Amino acid sequence: MAMFIRVDVDPAVQADPALCKRLVELCPVDIFALDGAGRIATVEQNLDECTLCDLCIAAAPGRVTVVKLYAEG
Amino acid sequence: MRLYEHESKQLLRRHGVPLPKSALARSAEEAERAAAGLGGPVVLKSQVLTGGRMKAGGVRFASSPAEAKSAAAAILTLPINGQQPAGVLVEERRTIAQEYYAAVTWDTRAKQPVIVFSDMGGIDVEEVAVQHPGHVARVHFSALTPFSDFFAKVAVASTGVSGNELGALTRIVAALARAFLQYDLTLAEINPIGRLDDGSIVALDAHLDMEEEARGTHRALLQELGVPEEDTRQARPPTAFEIAGAAVDASDPRGVAGRVVEFDGNLGLIIGAGGGSLTLFDAIRAAGGKPANYCEIGGNPSVGKAAALTRLVLSKPGVEQIAVMMNVVSNTRVDIMARGVIKGVIEAGHDPAAKIAIFRIPGSWEEEGFAILRRYGVDYVDRSVSMHEAARRAVAKLGAQPGRKR
Amino acid sequence: MSILVDERTALIIQGITGREAVTMSRELLDYGSRLVGGVTPGRKGREVHGVPVEDTVRAFTERGRIDASIVAVPPAFAADAVLEAIEAGVKLIVVVTERIPRRQVAQFVEYARLHGARIIGPNCLGVISPGKAKVGGVGGAADATRRAFRPGSIGVMSRSGGMTTEIANALSEAGLGVSTAVSIGGDAVIGSTYAELMPLFEADPETRGIAIYSEPGGRAEAELADYLAAHGSRLPVVAFMAGRFMDAMPGMRFGHAGTIVEGRADTAAEKVARMEAAGIAVAERIEDIPLLLAERIEQAQHSDNGGG
Repeated sequence: MAMFIRVDVDPAVQADPALCKRLVELCPVDIFALDGAGRIATVEQNLDECTLCDLCIAAAPGRVTVVKLYAEG
Repeated sequence: MRLYEHESKQLLRRHGVPLPKSALARSAEEAERAAAGLGGPVVLKSQVLTGGRMKAGGVRFASSPAEAKSAAAAILTLPINGQQPAGVLVEERRTIAQEYYAAVTWDTRAKQPVIVFSDMGGIDVEEVAVQHPGHVARVHFSALTPFSDFFAKVAVASTGVSGNELGALTRIVAALARAFLQYDLTLAEINPIGRLDDGSIVALDAHLDMEEEARGTHRALLQELGVPEEDTRQARPPTAFEIAGAAVDASDPRGVAGRVVEFDGNLGLIIGAGGGSLTLFDAIRAAGGKPANYCEIGGNPSVGKAAALTRLVLSKPGVEQIAVMMNVVSNTRVDIMARGVIKGVIEAGHDPAAKIAIFRIPGSWEEEGFAILRRYGVDYVDRSVSMHEAARRAVAKLGAQPGRKR
Repeated sequence: MSILVDERTALIIQGITGREAVTMSRELLDYGSRLVGGVTPGRKGREVHGVPVEDTVRAFTERGRIDASIVAVPPAFAADAVLEAIEAGVKLIVVVTERIPRRQVAQFVEYARLHGARIIGPNCLGVISPGKAKVGGVGGAADATRRAFRPGSIGVMSRSGGMTTEIANALSEAGLGVSTAVSIGGDAVIGSTYAELMPLFEADPETRGIAIYSEPGGRAEAELADYLAAHGSRLPVVAFMAGRFMDAMPGMRFGHAGTIVEGRADTAAEKVARMEAAGIAVAERIEDIPLLLAERIEQAQHSDNGGG
């Protein structure tokens, strides 16, 4: 169970297979994976390894959100 | 990586260094057969990676195969400085008229290899250097150009050796220097070289150290010498704690889990590697603290690796709290370390706020790291608190409880 | 002023496309270092953070002056990379690669000496003249580097990469700051030792004191003590001694040859005594370094005034 990071992917991303593939490739810590049907999902055990590099956010602005579960307020 | 005497001699033999006849035996029976094969009196020498064999009783003489058998049996069951012998070298015993000393090693100040030669070998040659400086020669040579024999000749001749012996000794010393360069040795030593009663000159003992970093380069040679790749050549076998630490390190290429070491105290230490760990260990001791163990961590580890190491440090009985401390970090990320340590503590079933006495890692991504630590109520300090002060606070928190004795 | 590197230093990275080197490129550019490109054989035509990649060092030196190169290639290729830089006429080579066998180190250090080039490292984090330039990973990201290394008057030399930053940080926090900090590398054979860098600091009017890191093992402190005894120095030197606990642990012993060549192995206590005899003040805690330096710099000023 991830303790520090949650990554939300907008369902609309699923409609863009090329973007799904790019997200899987660009993440340095393998947070994204494709299922058999080519749908993107986050990999639970890798979430806490997130380096906050923002590459996924830059690739899919507004459609991928990285949530810091430890953020105050 | 130190080579055994028998391996060292095998290597020197290829370079043309004259040696007495010998055979390696792994059992008393093999020693008996070896002695019979050599004929005549023999000397049996324990194969260990440490000095002081003679004093410890690891060198014995035998005049018959039967004597050799019982001598080998005694040697093979005699640990020296905590080491079990890897075998016994059975060598023909010769009468020695004079002993010489020869070595090649690095002079780190001159940044060059240096030949050390003495015509008063066999005994403590560093004492000879003090008492009879004229009998110990030091000659530097370049590692850049191919080795030339005259360096060896100058070293030998400057101790007063001349005549036929000069040529014979020059050849041995030159071979030693060439082996030193060719195999990335950090020490190549023959002590003693013996002039025998028949006038011949042979190497009676040999000690070669190969640089650990060059082991890969000389894999083929090591294979021929029979050194297995997994042989660490450590004087003692690794502890269960060290094996577990190595397993954690191997599980993930990111970051380096360095040395893990166990002590008897109650404070577990997760500290940076190198100079930072030396500094922090001193600081803990200066504050009267008793480390239970420590684990060095460096580079940029993954959260998973930092968590696994935290669980390892906590797994030792008697660890009451842990201190997580490093010098101001550049490559290691404070937030990743904070996540990993907190995760490890929680996975081990503890409350981070109670279990972590102090967290002192200032540097890259510290604001992010401090936010995580605040969220879990962990006591942390920034760079305005020195390493010594952080260590003092950790020890004070734990109280002056005496460490448990094993 | 400063030593070795400043804002005019044009530099390249050999092995620039490696993972760590890519990060370092970003940090160097952000800090303001004049990184003009990098070398990775077979990658000519690419860019890393906007700087060009070439196949050879000569491709850069033929176009313009290159003052320094950072060698960040794997250990098996490091000696070759250093020789290439020397042959191309680069005069300052910072070798960050770890685990290079010392025979190869001795070879390229001697080759550099023959060609009037200087080697820093190997196994080091590089050189920084705060506010001007850094050559190497020292300090990490630009903002973290600026925080730990403030421009000032103390020359820092350290065998420990991590402690270079810790010591500089203490000097910065205390308001003394750093003229140039050199992570000299932790290996047995290195290109530039404390004693060899002293004359450079001596000649730098901005440097008013020296802080070094010291630990058991090696002859670097003995060499520095000999240098100070032979040449003296206008600069007060303060050493921080780490690893004192090792004196209580067995197993620190040199063999015959090592003892004859390099003298008996110093324990931490012996090193402290040797340094103090040479006039080096020895700090027990990092936070004592700026205090001891400030005290000595002030004393030196007073005696200057008295004498003049």
